[in-house]
Amino acid sequence: MSRLPRSPIIEMADGAGGKASRRLVEGTIVPLLGDAWKGTLADSAVLDIGPGRLAMTTDAFVVRPLRFPGGSIGELAVNGTVNDLAMAGAGPVALVAALVIEEGTAVETVEAELRALGEAAGRAGVPVVGGDTKVVEHGKGDGLYVSTTGLGRVLEGVALGPDRVREGDRVLLSGPIGDHGITILLARGEVDLEADLRSDSRPVWPLVRPLLEEDPGAVRWLRDPTRGGVASALNELARDRGLAVVLEEAAIPVREPVRGACELLGLDPLHVANEGQFLAVVAPGAADRLLDRLRSIPGGEGAAIVGTLREGPARAVLAETPYGGTRIVDLLEGDPLPRIC
Amino acid sequence: MCLAIPGRIVSLDPDEPGEATAEIGGVRRRVNVDLLREEGVGPGDWILVHVGFALSKVGEEEAREQLRLLAMLGEDGVPEPDPGGGEGGDPDATY
Amino acid sequence: MRHIDVYRNSDLIAGLLGRIRRQVDPARTYRIMEVCGGHTHAFHRFGLPDLLPSNVELIHGPGCPVCVLPRGRIDQGLAMAEEPGVILTAFGDMMRVPGTLGSPLRARASGRDVRAVYSPIDALRLAEANPDRRVVFFAIGFETTAPATALTVLLARRKRVENVSVFCNHVRIVPALEALLAPPGAGLDGMIGPGHVSTVIGSLAYEFIPRDHGIPVVVSGFEPLDLLQAVLLLIERINEGRADLVNAYRRAVPDGGNAAALAAMDRVFEERDSFEWRGLGRIPWSALRLREEFADLDAERWFPPPDAGDGAPDDSPCGRVLRGLMRPTSCPLFGGECSPEHPIGALMVSSEGACAAYHAYRRGEPAAT
Repeated sequence: MSRLPRSPIIEMADGAGGKASRRLVEGTIVPLLGDAWKGTLADSAVLDIGPGRLAMTTDAFVVRPLRFPGGSIGELAVNGTVNDLAMAGAGPVALVAALVIEEGTAVETVEAELRALGEAAGRAGVPVVGGDTKVVEHGKGDGLYVSTTGLGRVLEGVALGPDRVREGDRVLLSGPIGDHGITILLARGEVDLEADLRSDSRPVWPLVRPLLEEDPGAVRWLRDPTRGGVASALNELARDRGLAVVLEEAAIPVREPVRGACELLGLDPLHVANEGQFLAVVAPGAADRLLDRLRSIPGGEGAAIVGTLREGPARAVLAETPYGGTRIVDLLEGDPLPRIC
Repeated sequence: MCLAIPGRIVSLDPDEPGEATAEIGGVRRRVNVDLLREEGVGPGDWILVHVGFALSKVGEEEAREQLRLLAMLGEDGVPEPDPGGGEGGDPDATY
Repeated sequence: MRHIDVYRNSDLIAGLLGRIRRQVDPARTYRIMEVCGGHTHAFHRFGLPDLLPSNVELIHGPGCPVCVLPRGRIDQGLAMAEEPGVILTAFGDMMRVPGTLGSPLRARASGRDVRAVYSPIDALRLAEANPDRRVVFFAIGFETTAPATALTVLLARRKRVENVSVFCNHVRIVPALEALLAPPGAGLDGMIGPGHVSTVIGSLAYEFIPRDHGIPVVVSGFEPLDLLQAVLLLIERINEGRADLVNAYRRAVPDGGNAAALAAMDRVFEERDSFEWRGLGRIPWSALRLREEFADLDAERWFPPPDAGDGAPDDSPCGRVLRGLMRPTSCPLFGGECSPEHPIGALMVSSEGACAAYHAYRRGEPAAT
């Protein structure tokens, strides 16, 4: 029953809505999603989700190369979206996915990404309930773009947002930073560097949920430091809340190859993207307990308290060195570019 | 005005004279060592790398001497550190 | 990391800062120029300026190859990207630097093939991998970077790669320092000598500074302890009225430099009669171009550029900052009309630029008078 399209590459007909399209969706996409597929191929998925508050988010995934050590676009498309839900204190309930495939892309590539998407959804415990596929002309896309929309249920008693953050609150970081961004930079091959490094792409809800359950009132703000890194995420908080975030530079976990690549290319690990970490601002009295809780969860061993909310300088992020120096940690202007001076 | 960073030569390329693989903080890259051919370099040597070229050898003896001097200058009896201080197997070293 | 972390040792840094505070004479000021933009960046990255006594004034020098490049040269480089089949390659540092008509990144956004490379060798490899294209390498940098370009040119010749060329903007540090120190000068008490360029030209290249200009020079590395040691050595010398040259970066810098690097440069390049520097005007014998023998690998001969600029002295605020006559925060454009999002001058773009360093690390501090 799962007959593949005859051509080894995707053709315009595969997205034209006719027989080939149907063959692609029913014969390839749906079977490859495996157990994660809970859809019906109707125009809309209908969900019975009961009471409570819902969180909803959408994200478009564009990455070159499509596969890289530790992950691929199909996996990112699930983790990125369920992590955005987690940052609202929500566990994932359902996901829909849209694929934009470039004509000429190997069917094999598409299959591998669908498998990755299905497996990631399985790991994150979220059903895929619908989707869409379009094919664009050769040269009009990087092989494959994936967009996912996620629906989640907010855990009871959780209230998150910059307005809840107070002076004196502590900043918790779930693990070492920069693995994803540096892995991608190296995987592109443009800087001719090699390292034993993998993307940190993973769903963070299994780490976030126990913290929220432990003490829902003590967790005040959550953010996953994806593009723009920790610096961007915390600058947004500082700006939204009108306080200063003061980081303790020596407390920020960074793996050796990330540090090495950053020293070599003149980048700041605080600007480098992550796909499996989160920042939590927590009440000062609960910080140590929540850190211990996080560290006790598999995957949370590398967590650390990395900073404190202070009154001023307002709307700024600072890094303090162990010998008392401070510097402003600014937003990055555009993508990180390797520099030689 | 120029970013350069110490790296350790892992191997010399047998096919391309003047080319070596260097490890720089857990990252490997091909490095051209042609500018050091008169001094001679080999695996284990520390070099200063700029835009993929080795500009000089990092002198262990000179490094030790500077650190000795720095420890004295501080006056607080800080023990003299080793140039390799901070290096180690800790995969989650902070920066 | 070996040879890095130990120079960031907090105890030693605290000890050195204590020593500096005790040595400083509160009755005077110390005007110390760090020539190298990498030093500017490092001072700010490690949060050191706040820890120094307030009468130690750090003045930023012209040692930032991106900052001193006149906009006309960027326009010329971008014009090359308009030629059919050209891939323009440049260091990441250049990508956001504005010419008069936009930056390399903007040229890329408009469909030109502009790519960031980490090494000139990567430009050569790109040419080998794309035999039907013409690869131009936008070469910038002082004598630190020029040998890498020279070896790449020699390698291209040896491998008979014909579809690569160099748009040479390499500059020399000593003529720039001579121009800077020439009367009326910048009223300096001491100078932190650039570290990495000295691995090539040697620390002895700065002997003329104490001799002819009567101020001490300390060649320094880039870690916090290196920088503080240089500041301390300079303060001691300034207090004693002693003008001499110290190589405090012996672990990397031989007094005589790197003979093989100098030879490679001499083999491939010759000095230009004169070259325009942003902020410093035209300086004789201050830049390099490819020798006639390598004309086939010279982008300026592939695509002869129109003459850029008349070389009139640059009276923009950038020039005054580059010459150590004005602090970035005193510039009327700083943080307003000129910011990293909308840079007017390269000093605001390059991570080595004094204005970018101030904007990134010290924004909000009151403007110095």
